[in-house]
Amino acid sequence: MDIQLQQVGYAYAKDTPFEKRALFDVNLHIPSGSYQAIIGHTGSGKSTLLQHLNGLLKPSEGIVKLGDLTIEAGKKAKNLKPVRQQIGIVFQFPEHQLFDETVLKDIMFGPLNFGVPREEAERRARVLADQLGLPEEVLEKSPFDLSGGQMRRVAIAGVLAMEPSVLVLDEPTAGLDPRGRQEIMDLFHHLHMEKGLTTVLVTHSMEDAARYADRVAIMHDGRCVLSGNPIDIFGDEERLAEYRLAAPRVVRFQRKVEAQLGYPLDRLCLTEEQLALELSRTVRGERESL
Amino acid sequence: MTEILSLHEVTYTYSPEEKEARKAVEGISFSVNDGEWIAIVGHNGSGKSTMAKLMNGLLFPQSGEVRVLGETLNEENLWEIRSQMGMVFQNPDNQFVGATVQDDVAFALENNGVPFKDMVVRVHESLAQVKMEKFLDSEPHHLSGGQKQRVAIAGALALKPRILILDEATSMLDPQGREEVLSTVRKLREETHLTVLSITHDLEEALLADRIFVLNNGHKYAEGTPQEIFSRGEELVALGLDLPFAMKMGNLLRANGVALNNEHMSEEELVNDVWTSNFNK
Repeated sequence: MDIQLQQVGYAYAKDTPFEKRALFDVNLHIPSGSYQAIIGHTGSGKSTLLQHLNGLLKPSEGIVKLGDLTIEAGKKAKNLKPVRQQIGIVFQFPEHQLFDETVLKDIMFGPLNFGVPREEAERRARVLADQLGLPEEVLEKSPFDLSGGQMRRVAIAGVLAMEPSVLVLDEPTAGLDPRGRQEIMDLFHHLHMEKGLTTVLVTHSMEDAARYADRVAIMHDGRCVLSGNPIDIFGDEERLAEYRLAAPRVVRFQRKVEAQLGYPLDRLCLTEEQLALELSRTVRGERESL
Repeated sequence: MTEILSLHEVTYTYSPEEKEARKAVEGISFSVNDGEWIAIVGHNGSGKSTMAKLMNGLLFPQSGEVRVLGETLNEENLWEIRSQMGMVFQNPDNQFVGATVQDDVAFALENNGVPFKDMVVRVHESLAQVKMEKFLDSEPHHLSGGQKQRVAIAGALALKPRILILDEATSMLDPQGREEVLSTVRKLREETHLTVLSITHDLEEALLADRIFVLNNGHKYAEGTPQEIFSRGEELVALGLDLPFAMKMGNLLRANGVALNNEHMSEEELVNDVWTSNFNK
Protein backbone atom coordinates (compact mmCIF):
# COMPACT_ATOMS: atom_id res chain seq x y z
CA MET A 1 0.00 0.00 0.00
CA ASP A 2 1.29 3.38 -0.98
CA ILE A 3 1.39 5.88 1.87
CA GLN A 4 1.77 9.61 1.47
CA LEU A 5 1.91 12.43 3.98
CA GLN A 6 1.56 15.86 2.46
CA GLN A 7 2.25 18.94 4.56
CA VAL A 8 0.99 17.19 7.64
CA GLY A 9 0.79 19.18 10.84
CA TYR A 10 -0.58 17.98 14.13
CA ALA A 11 -1.37 19.69 17.42
CA TYR A 12 -2.42 17.89 20.58
CA ALA A 13 -5.35 19.53 22.40
CA LYS A 14 -5.83 21.89 19.49
CA ASP A 15 -7.67 25.17 20.16
CA THR A 16 -7.26 24.87 23.91
CA PRO A 17 -4.79 26.66 26.20
CA PHE A 18 -2.89 23.35 26.36
CA GLU A 19 -2.35 23.13 22.62
CA LYS A 20 0.98 21.53 21.86
CA ARG A 21 2.23 21.18 18.35
CA ALA A 22 3.91 17.90 17.63
CA LEU A 23 4.23 17.85 13.82
CA PHE A 24 5.00 20.60 11.32
CA ASP A 25 4.72 20.33 7.56
CA VAL A 26 5.71 16.69 7.28
CA ASN A 27 6.11 15.37 3.75
CA LEU A 28 6.88 11.72 3.34
CA HIS A 29 6.14 9.22 0.61
CA ILE A 30 6.38 5.53 1.51
CA PRO A 31 6.02 3.56 -1.72
CA SER A 32 4.22 0.26 -1.64
CA GLY A 33 6.60 -2.58 -0.80
CA SER A 34 9.35 -0.44 0.69
CA TYR A 35 10.97 -0.83 4.11
CA GLN A 36 10.97 2.63 5.62
CA ALA A 37 12.85 3.41 8.84
CA ILE A 38 11.93 6.51 10.83
CA ILE A 39 14.62 7.65 13.23
CA GLY A 40 14.99 10.61 15.57
CA HIS A 41 15.72 11.20 19.23
CA THR A 42 13.08 11.00 21.95
CA GLY A 43 10.38 13.64 21.52
CA SER A 44 11.11 14.26 17.83
CA GLY A 45 7.56 13.38 16.76
CA LYS A 46 8.13 9.79 15.60
CA SER A 47 5.29 8.31 17.63
CA THR A 48 2.84 11.06 16.69
CA LEU A 49 3.68 10.48 13.05
CA LEU A 50 3.16 6.77 13.44
CA GLN A 51 -0.35 7.25 14.78
CA HIS A 52 -1.29 8.99 11.54
CA LEU A 53 -0.48 5.85 9.61
CA ASN A 54 -3.76 4.15 10.38
CA GLY A 55 -5.97 7.07 11.23
CA LEU A 56 -5.61 6.87 15.01
CA LEU A 57 -4.77 10.54 14.82
CA LYS A 58 -6.10 12.78 12.08
CA PRO A 59 -3.91 15.55 10.78
CA SER A 60 -4.60 19.10 11.99
CA GLU A 61 -3.21 20.28 8.67
CA GLY A 62 -2.45 18.59 5.38
CA ILE A 63 -3.33 15.26 3.88
CA VAL A 64 -2.60 11.63 4.73
CA LYS A 65 -3.13 9.12 1.94
CA LEU A 66 -3.34 5.47 2.86
CA GLY A 67 -3.73 3.56 -0.37
CA ASP A 68 -7.00 4.79 -1.90
CA LEU A 69 -8.17 6.45 1.30
CA THR A 70 -7.52 10.14 1.80
CA ILE A 71 -7.66 11.68 5.26
CA GLU A 72 -7.70 15.43 5.04
CA ALA A 73 -7.44 17.97 7.83
CA GLY A 74 -10.81 19.43 8.76
CA LYS A 75 -12.79 16.82 6.85
CA LYS A 76 -14.52 13.84 8.28
CA ALA A 77 -12.73 10.63 7.44
CA LYS A 78 -15.11 7.86 6.59
CA ASN A 79 -14.75 4.16 6.36
CA LEU A 80 -11.45 3.69 8.13
CA LYS A 81 -12.15 0.07 8.98
CA PRO A 82 -10.95 -1.62 5.77
CA VAL A 83 -7.75 0.38 5.89
CA ARG A 84 -7.15 -0.42 9.53
CA GLN A 85 -7.49 -4.08 8.71
CA GLN A 86 -4.67 -3.75 6.23
CA ILE A 87 -2.35 -1.78 8.46
CA GLY A 88 -1.01 -3.67 11.43
CA ILE A 89 0.66 -1.63 14.12
CA VAL A 90 2.96 -3.17 16.68
CA PHE A 91 3.10 -0.52 19.39
CA GLN A 92 5.84 -0.14 21.95
CA PHE A 93 5.49 -2.78 24.64
CA PRO A 94 2.59 -4.43 22.83
CA GLU A 95 2.38 -7.06 25.58
CA HIS A 96 0.54 -4.46 27.67
CA GLN A 97 -2.40 -4.99 25.34
CA LEU A 98 -2.78 -8.72 25.91
CA PHE A 99 -6.06 -9.50 27.59
CA ASP A 100 -7.61 -12.83 26.66
CA GLU A 101 -7.79 -16.07 28.68
CA THR A 102 -5.41 -18.04 26.52
CA VAL A 103 -2.61 -17.24 24.13
CA LEU A 104 -4.52 -18.87 21.27
CA LYS A 105 -7.64 -16.76 21.88
CA ASP A 106 -5.55 -13.63 22.17
CA ILE A 107 -3.86 -14.19 18.83
CA MET A 108 -7.23 -15.05 17.19
CA PHE A 109 -9.00 -11.98 18.54
CA GLY A 110 -8.00 -9.56 15.77
CA PRO A 111 -8.89 -11.75 12.79
CA LEU A 112 -12.19 -12.88 14.37
CA ASN A 113 -13.06 -9.27 14.98
CA PHE A 114 -12.60 -8.53 11.30
CA GLY A 115 -14.79 -11.45 10.27
CA VAL A 116 -12.26 -14.17 9.56
CA PRO A 117 -13.83 -17.63 10.11
CA ARG A 118 -12.82 -19.34 13.36
CA GLU A 119 -10.98 -22.23 11.71
CA GLU A 120 -8.93 -19.92 9.55
CA ALA A 121 -8.14 -17.65 12.51
CA GLU A 122 -6.96 -20.65 14.50
CA ARG A 123 -4.86 -21.95 11.63
CA ARG A 124 -3.13 -18.57 11.32
CA ALA A 125 -2.56 -18.38 15.06
CA ARG A 126 -0.87 -21.78 15.14
CA VAL A 127 1.35 -21.06 12.16
CA LEU A 128 2.41 -17.70 13.57
CA ALA A 129 3.05 -19.06 17.05
CA ASP A 130 5.38 -21.56 15.44
CA GLN A 131 7.13 -18.92 13.31
CA LEU A 132 7.65 -16.76 16.37
CA GLY A 133 9.16 -19.63 18.31
CA LEU A 134 6.30 -20.09 20.78
CA PRO A 135 6.06 -23.74 21.84
CA GLU A 136 2.73 -25.48 21.21
CA GLU A 137 1.92 -25.95 24.90
CA VAL A 138 2.02 -22.19 25.42
CA LEU A 139 -1.10 -21.74 23.26
CA GLU A 140 -3.46 -22.92 25.98
CA LYS A 141 -1.79 -20.96 28.75
CA SER A 142 -2.81 -17.56 30.00
CA PRO A 143 -0.67 -14.92 28.30
CA PHE A 144 -0.01 -13.45 31.73
CA ASP A 145 1.87 -16.57 32.85
CA LEU A 146 4.51 -16.13 30.16
CA SER A 147 7.89 -14.44 30.35
CA GLY A 148 8.21 -10.91 29.00
CA GLY A 149 9.88 -12.12 25.82
CA GLN A 150 7.13 -14.65 25.13
CA MET A 151 4.39 -12.11 25.83
CA ARG A 152 5.96 -9.82 23.26
CA ARG A 153 5.84 -12.63 20.69
CA VAL A 154 2.19 -13.33 21.42
CA ALA A 155 1.31 -9.68 20.94
CA ILE A 156 3.21 -9.55 17.66
CA ALA A 157 1.51 -12.75 16.48
CA GLY A 158 -1.85 -11.07 17.20
CA VAL A 159 -1.01 -8.24 14.81
CA LEU A 160 0.41 -10.53 12.12
CA ALA A 161 -2.67 -12.78 12.34
CA MET A 162 -4.67 -10.03 10.64
CA GLU A 163 -2.39 -10.53 7.62
CA PRO A 164 -1.86 -6.83 7.13
CA SER A 165 -0.26 -5.54 3.95
CA VAL A 166 1.41 -2.72 5.88
CA LEU A 167 3.33 -3.40 9.06
CA VAL A 168 4.11 -0.44 11.32
CA LEU A 169 6.61 -1.25 14.05
CA ASP A 170 7.29 1.08 16.97
CA GLU A 171 10.48 -0.06 18.73
CA PRO A 172 9.32 -3.67 18.46
CA THR A 173 12.34 -5.17 20.22
CA ALA A 174 12.87 -2.75 23.15
CA GLY A 175 13.68 -4.76 26.26
CA LEU A 176 14.30 -8.05 24.49
CA ASP A 177 17.57 -9.92 24.81
CA PRO A 178 19.96 -9.83 21.85
CA ARG A 179 18.89 -13.16 20.39
CA GLY A 180 15.20 -12.35 20.74
CA ARG A 181 15.81 -9.00 19.12
CA GLN A 182 17.54 -10.53 16.14
CA GLU A 183 15.00 -13.34 15.73
CA ILE A 184 12.10 -10.92 15.68
CA MET A 185 13.77 -8.42 13.36
CA ASP A 186 14.72 -11.26 11.01
CA LEU A 187 11.14 -12.54 11.03
CA PHE A 188 9.78 -9.10 10.13
CA HIS A 189 12.30 -8.86 7.33
CA HIS A 190 11.42 -12.32 6.09
CA LEU A 191 7.70 -11.46 6.05
CA HIS A 192 8.48 -8.17 4.35
CA MET A 193 10.24 -9.95 1.52
CA GLU A 194 8.00 -13.00 1.28
CA LYS A 195 4.65 -11.21 1.39
CA GLY A 196 5.73 -7.99 -0.25
CA LEU A 197 4.69 -5.96 2.78
CA THR A 198 5.18 -2.27 3.19
CA THR A 199 7.09 -1.95 6.44
CA VAL A 200 7.55 1.15 8.58
CA LEU A 201 10.03 0.80 11.44
CA VAL A 202 10.24 3.49 14.10
CA THR A 203 13.45 2.91 16.00
CA HIS A 204 16.26 4.28 18.15
CA SER A 205 18.55 1.66 16.70
CA MET A 206 20.59 3.07 13.85
CA GLU A 207 21.96 -0.45 13.43
CA ASP A 208 18.51 -1.91 12.71
CA ALA A 209 17.64 0.98 10.38
CA ALA A 210 20.90 0.45 8.49
CA ARG A 211 20.54 -3.32 8.28
CA TYR A 212 16.92 -3.69 7.28
CA ALA A 213 15.53 -0.51 5.75
CA ASP A 214 15.80 0.61 2.17
CA ARG A 215 14.67 4.14 3.01
CA VAL A 216 15.37 6.24 6.08
CA ALA A 217 13.63 9.40 7.28
CA ILE A 218 14.82 11.57 10.14
CA MET A 219 12.35 13.34 12.42
CA HIS A 220 13.61 16.33 14.40
CA ASP A 221 11.52 18.76 16.46
CA GLY A 222 8.32 17.61 14.76
CA ARG A 223 9.64 17.95 11.23
CA CYS A 224 10.78 15.39 8.74
CA VAL A 225 14.16 16.97 8.11
CA LEU A 226 15.81 14.41 5.90
CA SER A 227 14.88 11.32 3.96
CA GLY A 228 16.71 9.16 1.51
CA ASN A 229 18.53 5.89 1.14
CA PRO A 230 20.47 4.53 4.12
CA ILE A 231 23.88 4.97 2.49
CA ASP A 232 23.37 8.71 1.97
CA ILE A 233 21.76 9.27 5.36
CA PHE A 234 24.25 7.30 7.42
CA GLY A 235 27.26 8.42 5.40
CA ASP A 236 26.77 12.03 6.49
CA GLU A 237 27.80 12.03 10.12
CA GLU A 238 27.90 15.81 10.45
CA ARG A 239 24.33 16.07 9.33
CA LEU A 240 23.27 13.30 11.72
CA ALA A 241 24.97 15.09 14.59
CA GLU A 242 22.87 18.19 13.88
CA TYR A 243 19.87 16.07 14.75
CA ARG A 244 21.58 14.58 17.79
CA LEU A 245 21.95 11.22 16.09
CA ALA A 246 25.03 9.12 15.49
CA ALA A 247 25.86 6.83 12.59
CA PRO A 248 25.48 3.08 13.14
CA ARG A 249 28.34 1.53 15.02
CA VAL A 250 29.66 -0.24 11.94
CA VAL A 251 29.87 3.05 10.03
CA ARG A 252 31.76 4.72 12.87
CA PHE A 253 34.11 1.77 12.93
CA GLN A 254 34.66 1.96 9.19
CA ARG A 255 35.62 5.64 9.61
CA LYS A 256 38.20 4.70 12.24
CA VAL A 257 39.69 2.10 9.94
CA GLU A 258 39.77 4.58 7.07
CA ALA A 259 41.48 7.18 9.26
CA GLN A 260 44.18 4.60 10.04
CA LEU A 261 44.51 3.53 6.39
CA GLY A 262 44.60 7.10 5.16
CA TYR A 263 42.06 6.48 2.39
CA PRO A 264 38.37 5.62 2.14
CA LEU A 265 37.14 2.13 1.31
CA ASP A 266 35.29 1.68 -1.99
CA ARG A 267 31.88 1.76 -0.39
CA LEU A 268 30.11 2.60 2.84
CA CYS A 269 29.09 -0.60 4.63
CA LEU A 270 25.86 -0.75 6.58
CA THR A 271 26.37 -4.13 8.24
CA GLU A 272 29.31 -5.83 9.92
CA GLU A 273 29.15 -8.60 7.31
CA GLN A 274 29.53 -6.12 4.43
CA LEU A 275 32.42 -4.37 6.12
CA ALA A 276 34.27 -7.64 6.79
CA LEU A 277 33.93 -8.50 3.11
CA GLU A 278 35.00 -5.05 1.97
CA LEU A 279 38.04 -5.05 4.24
CA SER A 280 39.09 -8.48 3.08
CA ARG A 281 38.96 -7.24 -0.51
CA THR A 282 41.02 -4.22 0.47
CA VAL A 283 43.59 -6.42 2.22
CA ARG A 284 43.88 -8.56 -0.91
CA GLY A 285 44.52 -5.44 -2.94
CA GLU A 286 41.24 -5.63 -4.82
CA ARG A 287 40.32 -1.99 -4.46
CA GLU A 288 38.44 -0.52 -7.39
CA SER A 289 39.39 3.12 -6.96
CA LEU A 290 43.16 3.05 -7.01
CA MET B 1 37.79 -5.83 50.07
CA THR B 2 34.67 -6.03 52.16
CA GLU B 3 31.56 -7.75 51.05
CA ILE B 4 28.49 -5.53 50.77
CA LEU B 5 25.91 -7.92 49.37
CA SER B 6 25.73 -11.65 48.81
CA LEU B 7 23.35 -14.42 47.88
CA HIS B 8 23.76 -17.90 49.32
CA GLU B 9 22.07 -20.82 47.56
CA VAL B 10 19.03 -18.68 46.80
CA THR B 11 16.01 -20.36 45.23
CA TYR B 12 12.73 -18.71 44.34
CA THR B 13 9.61 -19.84 42.52
CA TYR B 14 6.55 -17.71 41.79
CA SER B 15 4.15 -20.60 42.32
CA PRO B 16 5.48 -22.63 45.28
CA GLU B 17 2.20 -24.59 45.57
CA GLU B 18 2.82 -26.31 42.22
CA LYS B 19 5.32 -29.12 42.54
CA GLU B 20 6.73 -29.08 39.03
CA ALA B 21 6.67 -25.29 38.59
CA ARG B 22 9.88 -23.98 37.11
CA LYS B 23 12.04 -22.12 39.58
CA ALA B 24 12.70 -18.52 38.57
CA VAL B 25 16.10 -18.72 40.22
CA GLU B 26 17.71 -21.80 41.72
CA GLY B 27 20.73 -22.28 43.95
CA ILE B 28 22.27 -18.93 43.15
CA SER B 29 25.30 -17.78 45.16
CA PHE B 30 27.49 -14.80 44.60
CA SER B 31 29.16 -12.03 46.49
CA VAL B 32 29.58 -8.35 45.66
CA ASN B 33 32.35 -6.25 47.17
CA ASP B 34 31.91 -2.75 48.48
CA GLY B 35 32.46 -0.29 45.65
CA GLU B 36 32.23 -2.79 42.80
CA TRP B 37 30.32 -2.30 39.55
CA ILE B 38 28.61 -5.55 38.66
CA ALA B 39 26.69 -6.22 35.47
CA ILE B 40 24.09 -8.99 35.54
CA VAL B 41 23.31 -10.35 32.09
CA GLY B 42 21.15 -13.18 30.79
CA HIS B 43 18.41 -13.90 28.28
CA ASN B 44 14.76 -12.87 28.83
CA GLY B 45 13.37 -15.14 31.51
CA SER B 46 16.82 -16.05 32.88
CA GLY B 47 15.92 -14.74 36.33
CA LYS B 48 17.60 -11.32 36.27
CA SER B 49 14.60 -9.31 37.42
CA THR B 50 13.70 -11.90 40.06
CA MET B 51 17.21 -11.54 41.41
CA ALA B 52 16.89 -7.78 41.61
CA LYS B 53 13.66 -8.17 43.57
CA LEU B 54 15.30 -10.68 45.92
CA MET B 55 18.19 -8.34 46.54
CA ASN B 56 16.04 -5.51 47.78
CA GLY B 57 13.44 -7.57 49.59
CA LEU B 58 10.53 -7.19 47.21
CA LEU B 59 10.65 -10.99 47.22
CA PHE B 60 12.03 -13.37 49.85
CA PRO B 61 13.67 -16.62 48.80
CA GLN B 62 11.99 -19.95 49.59
CA SER B 63 15.42 -21.25 50.49
CA GLY B 64 18.85 -19.71 50.90
CA GLU B 65 19.62 -16.24 52.20
CA VAL B 66 20.35 -12.75 50.95
CA ARG B 67 22.88 -10.80 53.00
CA VAL B 68 23.20 -7.05 52.72
CA LEU B 69 25.74 -5.02 54.74
CA GLY B 70 26.46 -8.01 56.93
CA GLU B 71 22.87 -8.80 57.81
CA THR B 72 20.51 -11.46 56.50
CA LEU B 73 17.63 -9.68 54.82
CA ASN B 74 14.36 -10.34 56.66
CA GLU B 75 11.06 -8.63 57.23
CA GLU B 76 12.30 -6.87 60.38
CA ASN B 77 15.37 -5.20 58.92
CA LEU B 78 13.93 -4.78 55.42
CA TRP B 79 13.23 -1.06 55.66
CA GLU B 80 16.51 -0.26 57.30
CA ILE B 81 18.42 -2.17 54.62
CA ARG B 82 16.33 -0.87 51.76
CA SER B 83 17.20 2.68 52.73
CA GLN B 84 20.77 1.75 51.79
CA MET B 85 19.71 0.67 48.30
CA GLY B 86 18.57 2.90 45.49
CA MET B 87 16.77 1.37 42.56
CA VAL B 88 16.13 2.68 39.06
CA PHE B 89 13.77 0.82 36.75
CA GLN B 90 13.38 0.42 33.01
CA ASN B 91 10.60 2.81 32.15
CA PRO B 92 11.38 6.43 33.01
CA ASP B 93 7.70 7.36 32.82
CA ASN B 94 6.57 4.87 35.45
CA GLN B 95 8.68 6.14 38.31
CA PHE B 96 7.81 9.81 38.61
CA VAL B 97 5.67 10.93 41.52
CA GLY B 98 6.52 14.62 41.86
CA ALA B 99 5.11 17.46 39.79
CA THR B 100 8.57 18.97 39.38
CA VAL B 101 12.04 17.53 39.28
CA GLN B 102 12.91 18.73 42.77
CA ASP B 103 9.62 17.49 44.27
CA ASP B 104 10.32 14.15 42.76
CA VAL B 105 13.80 13.88 44.21
CA ALA B 106 12.48 15.10 47.57
CA PHE B 107 9.74 12.49 47.69
CA ALA B 108 11.78 9.68 49.21
CA LEU B 109 13.48 12.08 51.62
CA GLU B 110 10.12 13.25 52.89
CA ASN B 111 9.03 9.64 53.34
CA ASN B 112 12.13 9.04 55.40
CA GLY B 113 11.47 12.03 57.63
CA VAL B 114 14.50 14.07 56.58
CA PRO B 115 14.19 17.63 58.00
CA PHE B 116 13.27 20.27 55.41
CA LYS B 117 16.56 22.14 55.72
CA ASP B 118 18.62 19.02 54.98
CA MET B 119 16.19 17.99 52.29
CA VAL B 120 16.83 21.13 50.25
CA VAL B 121 20.57 20.59 50.47
CA ARG B 122 20.37 16.93 49.51
CA VAL B 123 18.04 17.54 46.59
CA HIS B 124 20.48 20.07 45.20
CA GLU B 125 23.47 17.85 45.82
CA SER B 126 22.04 14.79 44.20
CA LEU B 127 20.73 16.68 41.18
CA ALA B 128 24.19 18.21 40.79
CA GLN B 129 25.68 14.71 40.86
CA VAL B 130 23.69 13.78 37.76
CA LYS B 131 24.11 17.25 36.20
CA MET B 132 20.39 18.06 36.39
CA GLU B 133 20.62 20.95 38.86
CA LYS B 134 19.38 23.40 36.22
CA PHE B 135 16.10 21.55 35.94
CA LEU B 136 14.89 21.92 39.56
CA ASP B 137 11.49 23.30 38.60
CA SER B 138 11.01 21.52 35.29
CA GLU B 139 8.07 19.23 34.89
CA PRO B 140 9.22 15.66 34.41
CA HIS B 141 7.27 15.10 31.20
CA HIS B 142 9.22 17.87 29.51
CA LEU B 143 12.48 16.00 29.95
CA SER B 144 14.10 13.59 27.53
CA GLY B 145 14.34 9.91 28.41
CA GLY B 146 17.98 10.21 29.45
CA GLN B 147 17.22 13.24 31.62
CA LYS B 148 14.33 11.43 33.28
CA GLN B 149 16.52 8.48 34.16
CA ARG B 150 19.17 10.83 35.55
CA VAL B 151 16.50 12.40 37.77
CA ALA B 152 15.46 8.91 38.84
CA ILE B 153 19.08 8.22 39.75
CA ALA B 154 19.21 11.52 41.68
CA GLY B 155 16.09 10.42 43.55
CA ALA B 156 17.87 7.24 44.53
CA LEU B 157 21.08 9.07 45.44
CA ALA B 158 19.30 11.57 47.67
CA LEU B 159 18.94 8.84 50.27
CA LYS B 160 22.70 8.36 50.18
CA PRO B 161 22.51 4.67 49.42
CA ARG B 162 25.53 2.37 49.52
CA ILE B 163 24.16 0.33 46.61
CA LEU B 164 22.52 1.44 43.38
CA ILE B 165 20.55 -1.16 41.42
CA LEU B 166 19.79 -0.35 37.78
CA ASP B 167 17.16 -2.70 36.36
CA GLU B 168 17.52 -2.28 32.60
CA ALA B 169 17.60 1.44 33.26
CA THR B 170 18.95 2.29 29.80
CA SER B 171 16.96 -0.10 27.65
CA MET B 172 14.22 2.35 26.67
CA LEU B 173 16.52 5.25 25.92
CA ASP B 174 17.83 6.51 22.63
CA PRO B 175 21.60 6.17 22.11
CA GLN B 176 22.25 9.67 23.40
CA GLY B 177 20.14 9.08 26.53
CA ARG B 178 21.94 5.81 27.17
CA GLU B 179 25.30 7.51 26.93
CA GLU B 180 24.14 10.25 29.36
CA VAL B 181 23.09 7.70 31.94
CA LEU B 182 26.21 5.59 31.58
CA SER B 183 28.57 8.53 31.87
CA THR B 184 26.61 9.64 34.94
CA VAL B 185 27.15 6.24 36.54
CA ARG B 186 30.83 6.25 35.56
CA LYS B 187 31.30 9.68 37.12
CA LEU B 188 29.48 8.68 40.30
CA ARG B 189 31.78 5.72 40.65
CA GLU B 190 34.85 7.92 40.31
CA GLU B 191 33.63 10.44 42.86
CA THR B 192 31.91 8.21 45.40
CA HIS B 193 32.30 4.71 46.71
CA LEU B 194 28.93 3.60 45.41
CA THR B 195 28.36 -0.07 44.61
CA VAL B 196 26.51 -0.47 41.32
CA LEU B 197 24.53 -3.51 40.21
CA SER B 198 23.23 -3.14 36.70
CA ILE B 199 20.91 -5.61 35.06
CA THR B 200 21.30 -5.17 31.36
CA HIS B 201 21.08 -6.58 27.85
CA ASP B 202 23.55 -4.03 26.61
CA LEU B 203 26.90 -5.74 26.27
CA GLU B 204 28.73 -2.47 25.78
CA GLU B 205 27.36 -1.44 29.16
CA ALA B 206 28.48 -4.74 30.68
CA LEU B 207 31.99 -4.09 29.34
CA LEU B 208 32.27 -1.11 31.69
CA ALA B 209 31.65 -3.23 34.79
CA ASP B 210 34.31 -4.66 37.10
CA ARG B 211 32.70 -8.07 36.97
CA ILE B 212 29.86 -9.73 35.09
CA PHE B 213 27.43 -12.37 36.33
CA VAL B 214 25.82 -14.43 33.61
CA LEU B 215 22.47 -16.05 34.38
CA ASN B 216 20.93 -18.80 32.31
CA ASN B 217 17.54 -20.42 32.99
CA GLY B 218 17.57 -19.32 36.62
CA HIS B 219 21.08 -20.58 37.34
CA LYS B 220 24.38 -18.80 37.62
CA TYR B 221 26.23 -19.69 34.45
CA ALA B 222 29.47 -17.80 34.95
CA GLU B 223 31.07 -14.88 36.74
CA GLY B 224 34.25 -13.00 35.97
CA THR B 225 35.80 -9.87 34.56
CA PRO B 226 34.48 -8.70 31.18
CA GLN B 227 37.69 -10.08 29.65
CA GLU B 228 37.10 -13.52 31.18
CA ILE B 229 33.42 -13.62 30.32
CA PHE B 230 33.65 -12.43 26.74
CA SER B 231 36.56 -14.72 25.96
CA ARG B 232 33.91 -17.46 26.05
CA GLY B 233 32.79 -16.12 22.69
CA GLU B 234 30.25 -18.24 20.83
CA GLU B 235 29.26 -19.97 24.06
CA LEU B 236 27.58 -16.72 25.11
CA VAL B 237 25.82 -16.39 21.78
CA ALA B 238 24.36 -19.86 22.35
CA LEU B 239 22.86 -18.53 25.62
CA GLY B 240 20.99 -15.84 23.70
CA LEU B 241 23.51 -13.13 24.54
CA ASP B 242 25.65 -11.08 22.27
CA LEU B 243 29.30 -10.19 21.98
CA PRO B 244 30.75 -6.68 22.14
CA PHE B 245 30.97 -5.02 18.73
CA ALA B 246 34.76 -5.30 18.43
CA MET B 247 34.66 -9.05 19.08
CA LYS B 248 31.86 -9.70 16.60
CA MET B 249 33.65 -7.59 14.01
CA GLY B 250 36.92 -9.38 14.70
CA ASN B 251 35.31 -12.80 14.24
CA LEU B 252 33.76 -11.72 10.95
CA LEU B 253 37.05 -10.30 9.71
CA ARG B 254 38.87 -13.53 10.49
CA ALA B 255 36.12 -15.54 8.79
CA ASN B 256 36.72 -13.40 5.68
CA GLY B 257 40.44 -14.06 5.74
CA VAL B 258 41.64 -10.82 7.31
CA ALA B 259 44.61 -11.59 9.57
CA LEU B 260 44.36 -10.63 13.24
CA ASN B 261 46.79 -11.26 16.08
CA ASN B 262 44.34 -11.22 18.90
CA GLU B 263 40.79 -10.98 20.26
CA HIS B 264 39.81 -7.39 21.07
CA MET B 265 37.11 -5.81 23.15
CA SER B 266 37.81 -2.24 22.13
CA GLU B 267 37.45 -0.85 18.64
CA GLU B 268 40.74 1.05 18.86
CA GLU B 269 42.69 -2.14 19.53
CA LEU B 270 40.94 -3.88 16.68
CA VAL B 271 41.68 -1.05 14.23
CA ASN B 272 45.32 -1.23 15.29
CA ASP B 273 45.47 -4.96 14.84
CA VAL B 274 43.88 -4.75 11.38
CA TRP B 275 46.50 -2.16 10.48
CA THR B 276 49.59 -3.87 11.86
CA SER B 277 48.63 -7.40 10.80
CA ASN B 278 47.60 -6.56 7.25
CA PHE B 279 48.77 -3.22 5.98
CA ASN B 280 51.82 -2.12 7.94
CA LYS B 281 53.72 -5.39 7.81
